[in-house]
Amino acid sequence: MIVRILGEGQFDIDDAATSELNRLDTQLEAAVNRNDAAAFTAALQGLLDQVRAQGSPLPVDSLEESDLILPPQDASMDEVRRMLTDEGLIPG
Amino acid sequence: MVAAKKLMKGTAARMGVMKRVQLVFKAKANKALDKMEDPRETLDYSYQRQLELLTKVRRGVADVATSRKRVELQMNQLQQQANKLEDQARKALGMGREDLARSALERKASAQSQLNDLQAQYAQLQAEEEKLTVASQRLQAKVDAFRTRKETIKATYTAAEAQTRINEAFTGISEEMGDVGMAIQRAEDKTAQMQARAGAIDELMASGALDDAVGGDRRDDIQNELDMMSASSDVERELSRLKGEITAGAPKQLEGGANGNSQAAPQAPQSQGQGQGTQYAPPPPEQGQGTQPTQQAQPVPASDLPAEPQDREGS
Repeated sequence: MIVRILGEGQFDIDDAATSELNRLDTQLEAAVNRNDAAAFTAALQGLLDQVRAQGSPLPVDSLEESDLILPPQDASMDEVRRMLTDEGLIPG
Repeated sequence: MVAAKKLMKGTAARMGVMKRVQLVFKAKANKALDKMEDPRETLDYSYQRQLELLTKVRRGVADVATSRKRVELQMNQLQQQANKLEDQARKALGMGREDLARSALERKASAQSQLNDLQAQYAQLQAEEEKLTVASQRLQAKVDAFRTRKETIKATYTAAEAQTRINEAFTGISEEMGDVGMAIQRAEDKTAQMQARAGAIDELMASGALDDAVGGDRRDDIQNELDMMSASSDVERELSRLKGEITAGAPKQLEGGANGNSQAAPQAPQSQGQGQGTQYAPPPPEQGQGTQPTQQAQPVPASDLPAEPQDREGS
């Protein structure tokens, strides 16, 4: 499975790691929904750490599509919310 | 796009953030792909867009660097200002003017807090610059890969056969382009915020609230008062010297009398010390020697004189 961290690059990650990613992702989403900044930061950081630790970076010249995309390290909760609801955030 | 939106809404609860973001990116790519009639046209069109984006990222790097340099310049100015205010406070204390010293230190604190703020901004801009630089390198590698793939596809496959391969390459690169485009957007937003704040600090410095004497000959009020005090103490010293001359009636008792022969010995180490660090010159030698023409033969070498304002501007 290929996971992109925005602003950072793509990682190839074993499918076995998926359940842990999903668990953190659910926390992330819940944090966004109830506007809990602390939980948001913790969940996002957990996700990014997990992907970096479990995944191996794709070669820089690969042109593969990702299965999952994660917000950048320094994304605010507001930005993530806009990423989900407003496509205007992604230019081009 | 509409389909993707519906999908997103319908399954959002089960999908989580990661999948939803991925679908938003994918919807963008599909939308662009749908517009193309001849698949091979897609390749050229996309390649064109990639080159444009590359140019844009590079310009983005340059813009952020410009902002960073501006912040750096302001930091230097503020640092000089803070140093100068501390000097003034020290001098004022030396003259027994605690009120003046306090006022100088208050301004120093204000300059210092602006400086801390700028330091944080500087670090952010540096991080953005770094990110965009890396993004531009990554995009360059992918654009090169895309160009190779494009040529292969064009040479090897008919339009119909090429479709799948074109779609793959296109989707892959457009995800990267979306990523980079977002990075540029974020960097631009941050830079704009910081430029607004940098402008505010420029105004603040120009208003004199931070006592900006860095860039001109305009003297500030604390310095004026210190100068006045220094001048009046010179006058007092002159007065008491003259009084001493009159009451003693013998000029040999004065400090100048001893200088006549052994001038070089005590003077040399003193002038060395001045040249190195002391900002403010002691009373000029002529004061005590005006009546003794022989003294003109021993001026302190110009190189030993304290270099007045230049020293501190450079720091």
